[in-house]
Amino acid sequence: MSHPDPVLDCRGQRCPLPVIALARRLPELPVGSVLRVLADDPAAANDLPAWCRLRGHRFLGSPAPDAYEIRRTH
Amino acid sequence: MSYRQWVGSAEFTGNLASYFDAATAAPLHPVARQALTAALADGWADPAKLYAPARRARQLKQAATEAVAAALRVRPDEVWFTASGTAAVQAAIAGVLPAQRPDVAPPALVHSAIEHSAVLHTAQRHRLAGGEVVPVPVDRLGRVDLAAWRAAVAGPGVGLAALLSASHEVGTRQPVAEAAVACAAAGVPLLVDAAQSLGRAPVPDGWSMLAGSARKWGGPPGAGVLVVRTGVGWSPPEPLPGGEPGLPVVVAAAAALRAATGEAAAEAARLAPLVDRIRATVAATVPDVEVVGDPVDRLPHLVTFSCLYVDGEALLHALDRRGFAVSSGSSCTSSTLRPSHVLTAMGVLSHGNVRVSLHRGTTSDQVDRFLAELPGLVAELRAEVAW
Repeated sequence: MSHPDPVLDCRGQRCPLPVIALARRLPELPVGSVLRVLADDPAAANDLPAWCRLRGHRFLGSPAPDAYEIRRTH
Repeated sequence: MSYRQWVGSAEFTGNLASYFDAATAAPLHPVARQALTAALADGWADPAKLYAPARRARQLKQAATEAVAAALRVRPDEVWFTASGTAAVQAAIAGVLPAQRPDVAPPALVHSAIEHSAVLHTAQRHRLAGGEVVPVPVDRLGRVDLAAWRAAVAGPGVGLAALLSASHEVGTRQPVAEAAVACAAAGVPLLVDAAQSLGRAPVPDGWSMLAGSARKWGGPPGAGVLVVRTGVGWSPPEPLPGGEPGLPVVVAAAAALRAATGEAAAEAARLAPLVDRIRATVAATVPDVEVVGDPVDRLPHLVTFSCLYVDGEALLHALDRRGFAVSSGSSCTSSTLRPSHVLTAMGVLSHGNVRVSLHRGTTSDQVDRFLAELPGLVAELRAEVAW
């Protein structure tokens, strides 16, 4: 892991807080970069990809429990 | 107001001015109120007994049965009254998929992923009893995937399939006729949970069993109806889930269904444009909102939307303080703290979710007042989280 992805730790937060944190953090990163979001609220598994769809970013999936990867596309 | 004062006044003391949760329970239809009062005076005896007041009660029950049969265009001997819509669904499933012998694999139950919890909870019990349960996915608009449905009902050992007539959470109508054709081809009985359609919109033919809930069509709470077509392999479960409903409630439920069915076309023509107005205005005046469900092929009285970056529970309370009663599929409003299985099956936003469902007492002015207040309330809640 020479270029570790930035991590947004939202564990312990309930929706919509992880989505709000994602919407704030992602635009700070360069286009094309991947943000790893840690969230244990059950709604995050649904609402993080839904946000990506609404905002036109790329939801890459959940590589581990309570972890989600999102690519800034624009 | 004390209980004693309330009993003395016998009037609803809450605010009905902007009650937008008819999909949970509609206000009592005036015809149902009259029928309930009359049946309490005339139909209190046990209809199973062998004396004059019992015969009168039996007559009332027969009349109620015939009224429901006429409204649903079925035979009176196909109509069963239950204690609720949930009890109707439970009776339907238990009567087709009874507890099996331990050495025989129980038949499988196919259902859409967006059924009411009444179906899902019964399916869960079926699974725990060793039965196979096959959920069928829906698309982004909340419509069942017909190709997956056809494959599922044609699978081995399927004993029953369940599909709701239209989504109780997002209003999208389901392809009941096509689903019924697939079931008939596979020889699988089809249960249609029509709780959101009865008294409001026609239900396509082809089903084997139909379930509904009186309080959703303007009848009193405490009554459901189950229709089982002649020839379906169903036996009434003993005891009936939830027990027998009281006769006065059944009489009032039947009167309300007859009245609501008669008014349904006119009410749909009045309410559908109000729903259109909500869909268009919310999308135009509330930033970052997703209006969900099919915009056209939907129930006439129900609309759902989700507001990004807003806590659904906070929005529900803010609306309640302004006199608007709505429902929400957001996780924070549920007892399990999990988001609505309907919204997640569709893959749409679940937080900041609001369901508005209208009824015969809803006016255009009420809707306009809601639409005027909503953008400000959403903006206030977003400001609280510094969005």
